[in-house]
Amino acid sequence: MGRSLSELMPGEKGRIAQVQGRRSIKRRILDMGLVPGSEIEMERYAPLGDPVEIKLKGYHLSLRKEEAENIILD
Amino acid sequence: MRHKLTIALAGNPNSGKTTIFNNLTGSRQHVGNYSGVTVEKKEGNLKYQDYEIKVIDLPGTYSLTAYSPDEVVARNVIINEKPDVVVNVVDASNLERNLYLTTQIKELGVPLVIAMNMADVAEGRGIKFDYDILSQLLGSEIVRTVGTKNLGTREILDAAIKTASGASGITDKQVRYNQELEEEINKIQVLLAAGSSAAREAASSAEVIPDASSDYLYRWMSIKLIENDRDVRQKIESLSAPNNIFQQVEKSQQHLREIVGEDPELMVVDGRYAFIRGACQEALTYTEEDRISATEKIDHILLNRILGLPIFLGIMWLLFQLTFTLGSPPMEWIDSGFAALGELVSAHMAEGLLQSLIVDGIIGGVGGVVIFLPNIILLFIGIAFLEDTGYMARAAFVMDKLMHRVGLHGKSFIPMLIGFGCTIPALMATRTLENRNDRLVTMLIAPLMSCGARLPVYTLLIAAFFHQSAAGNVLFSIYLIGIILALVMAKVFRKWLLPGDSEPFVMELPAYRLPTLKSVLIHMWERSWLYLKKAGTIILAASVLLWMLFTFPMVDRQGNEWASATQQMEQSYAGQVGKAIEPIIKPLGFDWKTGVALVAGFAAKEVVVSTLGTLYSIEDTEALAEEDEKSVSSFAERAREHSGHTPLSAYCLMLFTLIYVPCMATVAVMRRETNGWKWPAFMVAYTLVLAWGVCLVVYQGGTLLGIGI
Repeated sequence: MGRSLSELMPGEKGRIAQVQGRRSIKRRILDMGLVPGSEIEMERYAPLGDPVEIKLKGYHLSLRKEEAENIILD
Repeated sequence: MRHKLTIALAGNPNSGKTTIFNNLTGSRQHVGNYSGVTVEKKEGNLKYQDYEIKVIDLPGTYSLTAYSPDEVVARNVIINEKPDVVVNVVDASNLERNLYLTTQIKELGVPLVIAMNMADVAEGRGIKFDYDILSQLLGSEIVRTVGTKNLGTREILDAAIKTASGASGITDKQVRYNQELEEEINKIQVLLAAGSSAAREAASSAEVIPDASSDYLYRWMSIKLIENDRDVRQKIESLSAPNNIFQQVEKSQQHLREIVGEDPELMVVDGRYAFIRGACQEALTYTEEDRISATEKIDHILLNRILGLPIFLGIMWLLFQLTFTLGSPPMEWIDSGFAALGELVSAHMAEGLLQSLIVDGIIGGVGGVVIFLPNIILLFIGIAFLEDTGYMARAAFVMDKLMHRVGLHGKSFIPMLIGFGCTIPALMATRTLENRNDRLVTMLIAPLMSCGARLPVYTLLIAAFFHQSAAGNVLFSIYLIGIILALVMAKVFRKWLLPGDSEPFVMELPAYRLPTLKSVLIHMWERSWLYLKKAGTIILAASVLLWMLFTFPMVDRQGNEWASATQQMEQSYAGQVGKAIEPIIKPLGFDWKTGVALVAGFAAKEVVVSTLGTLYSIEDTEALAEEDEKSVSSFAERAREHSGHTPLSAYCLMLFTLIYVPCMATVAVMRRETNGWKWPAFMVAYTLVLAWGVCLVVYQGGTLLGIGI
C-alpha cells in the first residue's frame, strides 16, 4: 500500500491509486476529479497546518487532512 | 405571436454562471426559495427576437448526486420543469472538471448548449480550442463567451433557440461506459421501462416516472440506481415498482464488484472522466508550458504560512470597519430623520391614541427596519467583493482548522465576526455556507456574539454598579462569556441537534478575478431588497404589537388616565407580563421591573436601560442614555431601592441581555433565512433557557460565596 495524499510535502507530486472512506465523502472526492490515475501536486498547507491545497487537472482544491488520508497514492 | 422559451442555466460554482445570468436578464430577475429547502431560486425574464424567454438560474454544482440539496434541486428542475434547453456554463480554463457536470446533464436527455466562459483567460494561458471538434465530440452546440465583458450573450440565445427547435443538426453524444457496466445498465433499463408501463396502467398518476418517450431518463435512472442514488431509489419505491428492479440492481452491483472487481460508483465516475479526457485530448492544444499563474503568485503571499493569518485578520478588520464604521453616520441620519418625522407628526396631530400609534408604533417600527440598511448594504458590498474575487474560499481555508474544532466550517468565521457589530447582517452572511447544518448551527450561535446594541446596556450598568477600575474587566468578561458560550453551543448543537457528518471540506480555490461593479451591485441590491421585503414586514408588525403591550390599557378601571408614565408602564400589559414572570426570574435576582425591561429589550436591546429608567421615574432618560454622571448615579440609587439590584444582580442582568434573543428583527430575519418559524422559535427558546440557566448559576453561586452583594 502506498502512502496517502496527506503525507505529501508541499511541492511533491503523486498519482492517485485509490480513494477510500465513507461513501458520501468518497463520492465528493471522486466527483471533483480525484479519480485513480490522476496526477496531483501538493501546493501548500494552510497557515495553521490544516487543511491542505492541492493542484490537479489544472485547478486548485483544498481538503482537510482527514479527507486527504483517504486518498492513497501509487 | 411571441414564442415562449425556458432556459435553465447550469454550471459549476465559480464558472461565471451568475455573471452570464445577469448579462441575460439584467435587473429583471427575482429571487425566492425552492419549497421545502433553503436552496435559493433565481429566475429572470427577457425578450429576444420574437421569443419571450424565462431563464432559471440553477444552483451552482459540481455534480448531480443526491448528496447535496443543491444538486437534487438542480436535477429535479431539469426533470420536472422540463426547460426547453439547458445552457451549461463551463469555465474554459478549467475544462475537464467543468465538463463532468456536462456529461451528467446530457444523461438527462435535455437539449444542451455549452457556454465556454472565461475563454479569454484560457486563451491567455495558451490553450487553443477547436470548437467544431469539441462540439461534435460532446454532441452539443458550443458558444465562446466572456461573461465579464458581456461577450457571447446573444450567441447563447441564438444557439439556445436553434437547439430548442431541433435545428442545430449536431448528433447527440453520450458517455459510453465500459462494456460490463453498459450491459448491466441495459438490464435495469429494460425492467424500468416495463415496470413503468405496468405502473401507468395501474394508476394514471405516472408523474413520478417520466413518459415512455424519454428513454434517456430510463438510462439515467438505471445509472443512478447502480450508483445507489437514494432519491431515485425512493421515487421508484413509491411507485411500488416490481421488486425485480431492485433485485436486478443488487445483482448488477454484485456482478460488477466481484467479476470486474471494481466499485460500480467509481466505474461510473471514471467512465465520465475518461470520456472527457478523450474529448479534451482531441480538441485542445496547449501552446505554452505550464507556467506559474497570477493566482499562484498571489496565493504565495496571501496563503503564506506566516503572513496568511495576519493578512486574513487585516481583511476581516477592513470588512468590519467598512460595515460598521462607514455605516454608522448614515444610520445616525436615518435615526434622526425618523425622530424628526415623529416630532413633525406629533406637532401636527392631536395628542392621543392615533398619534401614539403612528409616532411610536409605525414610524418607530419602520425606522427600526430601515436603520439596519446601511450595515446590510455595506456588508454585502464587502462580501460580494470577497466572493467574486475568490478570497472568500481562502478565508475559509485559513480559518477552517479552528472552526472545525467546534464542528463548524471555515466559512462560519465571517458571520460570527459580523455578529459583534449586528446580528442581522451576521445571519444574512451565513448564506456563504453551502451546507445546511453548518449554516443552521452558525445562525443559532451568531446571536451570542455580543452586538453593538447591547453595549450601551453594559456600559450603563457598569457605570452604575462597578468601580471604574473594574469596568474594563467586567465588560471584557461579558464578551468572553458570549464567545465561550457560542463555541460550547456549536459543539452541543453539532452533536445532538444537528448530528450527521460534517460537510467534507473539499473546496475549490478559484482563480482570482476582478469583480465587475454590476455583479457587486446586483448582489447587494438583491440582499437589501430581500431584507426589506421579507423581514421588514415582520419587524414592523412586531413593533406595533410591542407598542400595544406598552400602551394598553390606557385608563384604569374607573376610566381615569394614569398619573405618570411610570404608572402607565406599570399598569400596561407589558407591566403585567413583568409581574407574571417575576417568580421565574426572582432566583436570578430580578424583580418585575427588570422583567418589564427585558420584555422591552425584545424590540431592541438598547431600550432595556431606558425602560428601567422610566420605571424608576427618571424623567430624563436621554441623559441616562448619554451616561450623564448625575443620571447614572440616580439610576444606580433607584435600581438598588426599587429593584434591589446589587453589583451581582446587575452583572446577571448584563449576562441575560447578552444571551437572550437579540431582538425581534433577528427573529424575523431568521424566519426569512430558514424559510419557516421552526428555527427562529428554537433560537428564542434556547437563548431564553440558556440565559436563565447561566444567570441562575452565577447569581446563586455569587450569593452563596458572598460576591458582589
